[in-house]
Amino acid sequence: MLLPAEYKRYQKHLNLPEVGVEGQLKLKNASVLVVGAGGLGCPVLLYLTAAGVGTIGVVDPDVVDISNLQRQVLYTTNEVGKPKAKAAVAHLQKLNPEVTFDTYSLAFESDNARAIAEGYDIVVDCTDNFKTRYLINDVCVTLGKPFVYGAIHRFEGQVAVLNHQGGPTYRCLFPEFPNEMEIPNCNDTGVLGVLPGVIGTYQATEVIKMLTGLGEPLSNHLLMVDLLAMSFQKIRVKRRADAETLAQAGLSSGYKPAKSAANGPQKIAPQELANRLAAGEDIFLLDVRERPEFDICHLEGAVLIPVGIIPNNGKRIPTDKPVVVYCHHGIRSANVANYLHTQFGLTNLYNLDGGIHAWAREVEPEMEVY
Amino acid sequence: MNTPITVLLFGITRDITGQSTIQQPLPTQARVSDLMEQLQNQYPRLGEIRALLVAVNGEYADPDTPLTPTDEVALIPPVSGG
Repeated sequence: MLLPAEYKRYQKHLNLPEVGVEGQLKLKNASVLVVGAGGLGCPVLLYLTAAGVGTIGVVDPDVVDISNLQRQVLYTTNEVGKPKAKAAVAHLQKLNPEVTFDTYSLAFESDNARAIAEGYDIVVDCTDNFKTRYLINDVCVTLGKPFVYGAIHRFEGQVAVLNHQGGPTYRCLFPEFPNEMEIPNCNDTGVLGVLPGVIGTYQATEVIKMLTGLGEPLSNHLLMVDLLAMSFQKIRVKRRADAETLAQAGLSSGYKPAKSAANGPQKIAPQELANRLAAGEDIFLLDVRERPEFDICHLEGAVLIPVGIIPNNGKRIPTDKPVVVYCHHGIRSANVANYLHTQFGLTNLYNLDGGIHAWAREVEPEMEVY
Repeated sequence: MNTPITVLLFGITRDITGQSTIQQPLPTQARVSDLMEQLQNQYPRLGEIRALLVAVNGEYADPDTPLTPTDEVALIPPVSGG
């Protein structure tokens, strides 16, 4: 039940028939884990605390830096150098003494994530790196726990309620952990200070909605926010059939970016391939275009397995010699090479850079092009 | 070539192309994979991003999803900032 002081504190909630005493009690009896007490974490923590969520866990291994203060509105200048989780809880406790806080001044990692997350109803992803984002997803999916995702970049942000009642997961949006080459995990990228405020308050809104049963959760959608155009797009997303398998595989992967350069597909330039073939090297040439394209032109000795039938023909591809995959411009073949690497574990793959079009231009000018 | 299709760009795809929207002319009966191949030829850096969610008219789309000139495509990469 609510105490007399709580009736006063939460009066504006209690005056909403959609929340009322019942809803406020749901908030009071709930527990939420906020992973990351930075740009997103600050507004999330402030609003969940103010709203009266009974138990709030705060995870952050960092200390306050002066460059944080442009957007991390919980901290003050004299707290530079102090652990964020501790400083955050000190402020939040003053905002609302009714709330119980669990302070974790440590990194959320594979070996502690499950034990920390287990005790909470909902997790909020306010981290600033892919490794922790994928870890939060994988732990929540295996625990069957919903989490509220938020992420920011320059002037735009993403929000979604994930793994909620069989809804999509983070890996349904972005199945694989991107490597540094693809998406730099860049701390140097600027960000408009108010952006995490916008995205974080959306995250807090979704948490409060889920806990009280208000409205419709932002599940089955990814919300894209662009502050420059002030545009909002909801992208409909479905749960992948293999969402759980991906999460389990993720947990045992150690969170190295997928396909390290060591044994993943590599690029090969047309001239380099020509040189190696001319030197007599035994190379399997895999053409993944369609039959009519193959009939126009192909590399001598190439085997045609169009993209669509690759999954059923993986065993036809040798593992004991280099395999060069090619298509028209090198895009389809790059996807095939990545697929063969992840699904069949092939480590002998090359993608012909620029495809047969580049080959015709650079090596075999007499070849018919299309 | 037909009426160009509208492509909305987010995250690193916006940084790579320097644009938030591209009007891309496409042949008839083009699919998402054809659009991506064209864009990747124009902006080779796009080809390095495997983790890219493509949406057509606000719905998650596969490489095989067919495109018509009135469609609006969005390229959504993951972003890590927090």
